[in-house]
This record gives sequence, structure tokens and C-alpha cells, in this order.
Amino acid sequence: MIEINNISKSFKGKQVLFDISGTFFKGKNNLIIGSSGTGKSVLLKNIVGLFTPDLGDVKYNERSFINGSEQDRKQIRREIGMLFQGGALFDSKNIEENVKFPLDILTDFPEDEKIDRVNFCLERVGLVNINKKMPSEISGGMKKRVGIARAIVNKPNYLFCDEPNSGLDPQTGIKIDNLIKEITSEYLITTIIVTHDMNSVIEMGDHIMFLLEGKKLWEGTNDEITKSDVKELNDFVFATQLMKQMYLR
Amino acid sequence: MRSLGKYFIFMGSLFTRRETFSTYIRLITQECINVGYNSLFIVGIVSVFMGAVTTIQTAFNLVSPFIPDYVISLVVRDMAILELSPTIIAIIFAGKVGSSIAGELGTMRITEQIDALEVMGINASSYLVLPKVIACVIMYPMLVILSIFLILLGGYFAGTLTGILSSVDYLYGIRYEFIEFNITFAVIKALVFSFLIASISSYKGFFTTGGSLEVGKASTSAVTNSCIAVLLADYALAQLLMG
Ligand SMILES: Nc1ncnc2c1ncn2[C@@H]1O[C@H](COP(=O)(O)OP(=O)(O)O)[C@@H](O)[C@H]1O
Ligand SMILES: [Mg+2]
Repeated sequence: MIEINNISKSFKGKQVLFDISGTFFKGKNNLIIGSSGTGKSVLLKNIVGLFTPDLGDVKYNERSFINGSEQDRKQIRREIGMLFQGGALFDSKNIEENVKFPLDILTDFPEDEKIDRVNFCLERVGLVNINKKMPSEISGGMKKRVGIARAIVNKPNYLFCDEPNSGLDPQTGIKIDNLIKEITSEYLITTIIVTHDMNSVIEMGDHIMFLLEGKKLWEGTNDEITKSDVKELNDFVFATQLMKQMYLR
Repeated sequence: MRSLGKYFIFMGSLFTRRETFSTYIRLITQECINVGYNSLFIVGIVSVFMGAVTTIQTAFNLVSPFIPDYVISLVVRDMAILELSPTIIAIIFAGKVGSSIAGELGTMRITEQIDALEVMGINASSYLVLPKVIACVIMYPMLVILSIFLILLGGYFAGTLTGILSSVDYLYGIRYEFIEFNITFAVIKALVFSFLIASISSYKGFFTTGGSLEVGKASTSAVTNSCIAVLLADYALAQLLMG
């Protein structure tokens, strides 16, 4: 479980996040949704420690990531896996080295054990026989899969995904969503996903936080989202005709 | 001025929260191959031709019967050691290595590879930049020494094959009144210039924001700023050590 309390963040005098609090649950797909530029990525980066919030705290199972000791922070980092928008694979390393990298940095397992774990994770995301390929040689969807393998290789308790299906064709996007969904419930991970894809929201939104211009406007489940009476949320959810036809009969 | 402060903070961050020693040895070795070995060809070509051209032009300008032939190679030698090798090759080094450092780090920044490192708790500036700076500082002085040798070699062939001066005169000239300190001076320059090029280019690349267009801009600005810094440092060192 991750709790955030009163997070605010500005860049050079321009406030991006306003006093955001909320809870993200274990074994669930926790979504942060909202249109582009509302601060979803900035919020996620504050949670994983890439930015430090100006105010507020982030707690991983009661351990503060902001005010805790360096020892605590180090331990929390070991428990975090993150999937970036484009995969963020290291260009100079092949697929196997990319997935193995967190193990090299964070553990002192013997080499053959690491390789076993890497192969297990690559297989889990449906990739075999590409260990020695370079990132430039594989497709966008495969890069995301490798990114997921790298994110889960050190058995994280917390998984973060920034727009996991953006830039992919709808079919591949759904496959990636399903993979994240399965992994989350399979290993009881606290997963936080940033997205603006309504399909993902309906399919996998166990717990949803809606942001607008840096403020939290609504929090709930995917069953509740189509029934909410928050105008801004409805505008976001029913932005497409298809969604309107499906839910507003 | 603000960016100068940010540059010094960045330099400080290279030395905090480091990885293990063996990690750095591995990374530095890799970078030495990148910056040193891969620059051999361009440095070699440029040096040989600079040597040839300098010899011919010096000979052309010294058309007095009272000046002995060996003065030509003496002039070529001093120009090579004091200016051509450390400084001119530094400009080329900035163009080749500086732009590639800025391009690589800029790309890593905009594709979130740097964020990926930071999430794992790695100090990305130290992990990515320190090996590059150290590799440049190790390899560039060697390239300069090699370049001095190749300039003298280029000069030798240009001078003797075109009949400007005899091989005996050329070899006498390059040994005549040789000041050993000049070599030390060249090495000091090389150390300072390579540090400036590597650190400025890393700084420009590391703090890239935006997209591929900005990576290109960061590369260009890395080369421009490195060259300016090298020329300013060249002037300052000349004042300091020769004045
Ligand atoms: N490093 C940064 N420096 C300054 N401003 C930033 C930075 N990162 C994001 N922003 C600003 O914060 C706002 C929210 O951005 P972001 O969180 O990326 O939006 P999104 O919801 O699309 O992920 C944008 O206006 C963006 O310009
Ligand atoms: Mg975003």
C-alpha cells in the first residue's frame, strides 16, 4: 500500500500539483487518469522519488520515502519497479543485460541465478530467444515487454507504469494492459498506472484517481466512474461518442 | 552565471554516492576505447597533414640565406608541442568526442534512461559522466603525444621528399635547443582541455529537455562552449606558465 499526503510541487514558480492526497492498494491496479499536461507524470515521479515534493509525504507501507532515513529509502528503492513510456531500455546494452541490470545493481546473486531469473521474466512477458538482440532491433511493443521484464526482475512490491500502452496499436496496447493486470494480481504488487486511455480505465481500473490541472477531483472504482456527477470527470470519460453510446443510454 | 553555478553543482554530484570501484574500472575501460581508440584515425590524419603543411609554409616564409635550414624543423617542433597538438587537436576532439558525449547523454535523458537509473537508486551523473571525464583525461594527453610525433613525421616527409631540407638538417633541428618543459606544458594543457571538453559536453547533454531537436542543439552547444572554454584556458595557461 502506498499513501500520499498533501503533495504539492512547483517548477520555477509555476505550481503543477496542488495538495494531492490518496491511497494506492496492494494487489490492485491503481490508475491516475487525466488529460495531457495535468501533472500525472509529475505526480508519479514525486511518488518514485525522481522529484521531491515541495510539501507533503509519500509512505510505502508506513515507511516515509521523503522524511525517512537513507537506509529506508534505499530499501524502498529495491522494492520498486518502473516501466517508462518508451521502455527506456539502455541503448548500449542488449536485452538480457538490460533485464539483468537491476539485479547487478541491487543484489549480489551469482551470475547463473541472475540469468535464470532474467530468462524467467522474459518468458513471463512472452519473449524468448531475443536475449542477445539490441534494443534498436526490436519493435515498440517488444520494448515495452522488455521494460516490464526489467521492472519485475527484482520481484518488486511496487510497480509504476507511465502510459504503458501509448504509442502502441490498440491490440498490442490491450496485451500490455493485460500483462500488467495479471502480474499485479499474481504477485500481489501495488501497481500505479498513469494513463489517459479510456479502454484501460474500464478494463483494469480497480482504483482510480482523476486529476485536472494538478488537482485531485475524484477518486473511485471503474464501476463508479460512469455514474459520477463530477462534470469534469464526465467530460473526460465521455469525450468519445463511443463511450457515450455505451454508457449514457 | 546561473548555469555556471549549476555546472559546479553538477561537478560536485559526480563525486557523491558512487558505485563500487570495480564498476568504475569496467565503465572507464569501455569509455577509453570510445574516446581514445575511436579518435585515433582523425587525430592521425589531421596531425600528419598539419605537420606537412606547417613545414612547407615555414620554409616558404624563411627565404633568407642567413637562416640555416634546420630552423624550419625547429619551428615546426615548437609549434607542434606548444599549440598545434594540444590546442588544435582539442578543437577536433571537442567536435568528435564532445558532440558524441552530449548526444548520448541527451538521448538518454529524453528517452528516460537516466530516470530509469535514478529509480534504481543509481547516481546517474556519477555513473554515466565520471567514467567519461576520467577516460578523456587519461586518453587525450596520449593522443596529444601521438599527435606531436605524427606532426614531426608529416613534416619530415613533406620536407625531405620535396627537397626543402635534408633529412640530417630536419633531425638536427627537431633536437636543437630542445626544452623539456614544453612537453610538460603540452601535457598540462591536454589535461585541462580534456577535462573542460568532457565536463562541459556532459553537462550540456545531461540537462537536455525536450525532444530529438534539443539533443541536436545540446550537441552543437557542447562543441561551441567547449571550444570557447579551451581557447580561454589556452590563453590563461600561456599567461600563467610561460609569462
Ligand atoms: N521537469 C519539469 N520542469 C518544469 N516543468 C515541468 C517539468 N515536468 C513537467 N513540467 C510541467 O508540468 C506540467 C504537467 O506535466 P506532466 O505531468 O508531464 O503532464 P501529464 O499529465 O501529461 O503527464 C506540464 O505543464 C509540464 O510543462
Ligand atoms: Mg505524462
